[in-house]
Amino acid sequence: MKYLHLIWAALFRRKTRTILTLLSIIMAFLLFGLLDAVRVSFEDAGKSANGAERLQTGARLSFIQTLPKSLEPKIAAVSGVKDVAYANWFGGAYQDPHNQVFTFAVSDNYLDVYPEVLVTPEDRKAFNEDLNGILAGEMLIKKYGWKIGDTIPLQSQIFPNQEGSKNWSFKLVGVMKSKDGDAFQEGMVLLHWKKFDETTPYNQGEVGWYISRVKDVNQADRIARDIDALSANSDHETKTQTEEAATRNWIKQMADIGLIVTSIMGAVFFTLVLLTGNTMMQAVRERTSELAVLKTMGFSDNKVLALVLGESVLLLLLGGVIGLALVSAIGMVLPTMSGGMINNTHVGISSWALGIALASGIGVLIGALPALRAMRLNIVDALAGR
Amino acid sequence: MSTLVEIRDVSKTYARGKQKVEVLHHVNLDIQQGDFLALMGPSGSGKTTLLNLIGGLDSPSGGSISVGGQRIDTLGGGALAKWRAANVGFIFQFYNLLPMLSAQKNVEVPLLLTGLSAAERKRNAAIALQLVGLADRASHKPTELSGGQQQRVAIARAIVSDPSLLVCDEPTGDLDRQSAEDVLGLLQVLNREHGKTLIMVTHDPKAAEYAEQTLHLDKGTLVEQATA
Repeated sequence: MKYLHLIWAALFRRKTRTILTLLSIIMAFLLFGLLDAVRVSFEDAGKSANGAERLQTGARLSFIQTLPKSLEPKIAAVSGVKDVAYANWFGGAYQDPHNQVFTFAVSDNYLDVYPEVLVTPEDRKAFNEDLNGILAGEMLIKKYGWKIGDTIPLQSQIFPNQEGSKNWSFKLVGVMKSKDGDAFQEGMVLLHWKKFDETTPYNQGEVGWYISRVKDVNQADRIARDIDALSANSDHETKTQTEEAATRNWIKQMADIGLIVTSIMGAVFFTLVLLTGNTMMQAVRERTSELAVLKTMGFSDNKVLALVLGESVLLLLLGGVIGLALVSAIGMVLPTMSGGMINNTHVGISSWALGIALASGIGVLIGALPALRAMRLNIVDALAGR
Repeated sequence: MSTLVEIRDVSKTYARGKQKVEVLHHVNLDIQQGDFLALMGPSGSGKTTLLNLIGGLDSPSGGSISVGGQRIDTLGGGALAKWRAANVGFIFQFYNLLPMLSAQKNVEVPLLLTGLSAAERKRNAAIALQLVGLADRASHKPTELSGGQQQRVAIARAIVSDPSLLVCDEPTGDLDRQSAEDVLGLLQVLNREHGKTLIMVTHDPKAAEYAEQTLHLDKGTLVEQATA
């Protein structure tokens, strides 16, 4: 610690250069923090206490293939199944295609299998009584300033209505809140499957997926196999899995988020190593005579090595901590900005630990070469300017 | 007076490409404790090389060097660094202060290698600065000081850990006459009143007049000895 002021002073010897370098490190770690939050958010998708007792049944081939509605009573009859609900993807956009709203056409008992989604009895009654009614998450309602009774136009990317238009119109009848504060649930819209099925000429009598609640979670594997056996060797073979696994597979069918995040961060950190490494080399080269003077005074080769390494590690840690702190600040607004798509945006202990380990590692990496040069510095040659 | 530095048959050879250049030829020299010695000679005569060898910055190619009874030519890098920290203060022509630190912090740097606490380091540095007459410039950065003041800060840094030997390489080479006289006067005080042994390389005969003894080097050999 007693050398810290020496390291700090050396670091800010050329303030402009250090601040610019620091900014590039902050940006790299800001990106790392945001992308890691996205990765963690996708990894945690589907994880919930209630989700453990839910099984999702979808088409084995692809999540875009639908299943016959006739499967519902058969699944309900499987031993160990408590209740069955179903849903279809609607894919709504509000006013502008960029304003994506996660909209699902759901069975009447859908909310029964999702007890963590809170709806007042009055709103639930209003929804049940109005086939054109929709329930919207509280975050969404606040975002767009909707009020109960408003007519909400939603555009489906896929499904046309009876007139052949993809512009649908619904009446907002109730609000949904998430018991767990889940931004996805507070950012979605539910409409009646019956209304959807009657209105669109596509996939009539078909559902996107089934959700079954099991009586005993220990029986989940057996129940999943029994459900899939119902459609074995048919044209609509199913794949039943836990909600968490289903969500992960759904995301995997869209993209390998982990690979994307790792690839981007690999490129960012590789560039950072080159740029910052070059800056450190230059900074140390400029201070050759000062380092020689330290050695003259009795600083050993190892101490000089440690001072230069300390400088690069401190620079990276400084940038890393500021970058991750900024992510924490941005994380407070990101769930709302992403419409609940990115849910878990706080920088968790694991992200902090990974970020600090990365900063330290990169600091050692970029400091190694200049530190070794400084360590091997010949005092006489350095003082003579050779 | 006891002998502080004993140089016996010291040679120094540098490799310049494929060629070997012998800079010092079998030099023998004794420097007494409390001496103020000036080393003079033309450029390339080996003055700075001899100074570097005495200060433990370089090793001889042959012969032996003892300082305070300890052979320093046989010490390894780490041990030699420790020895320098405890026994030698260096004063350079271009001051070589760390530009980002204040005068006070510059003087404290050698004390980082001791076991002193932060408060003790601060106090000792303040005393050293007071001794060189710069107590009121403690918070100034080197760029805010004149050349003479910077050299006095460098002297404070050289004496702060109380070494017995001060080696000075052209300490007035970059100063105007008045500042040079101030610095030389200060070195004389350190020698006479504080008992420091000083070895000073200089081209300036006026500077050499401050020393008690002047040695001349030519082509790596001691050729003349004069006593003030």
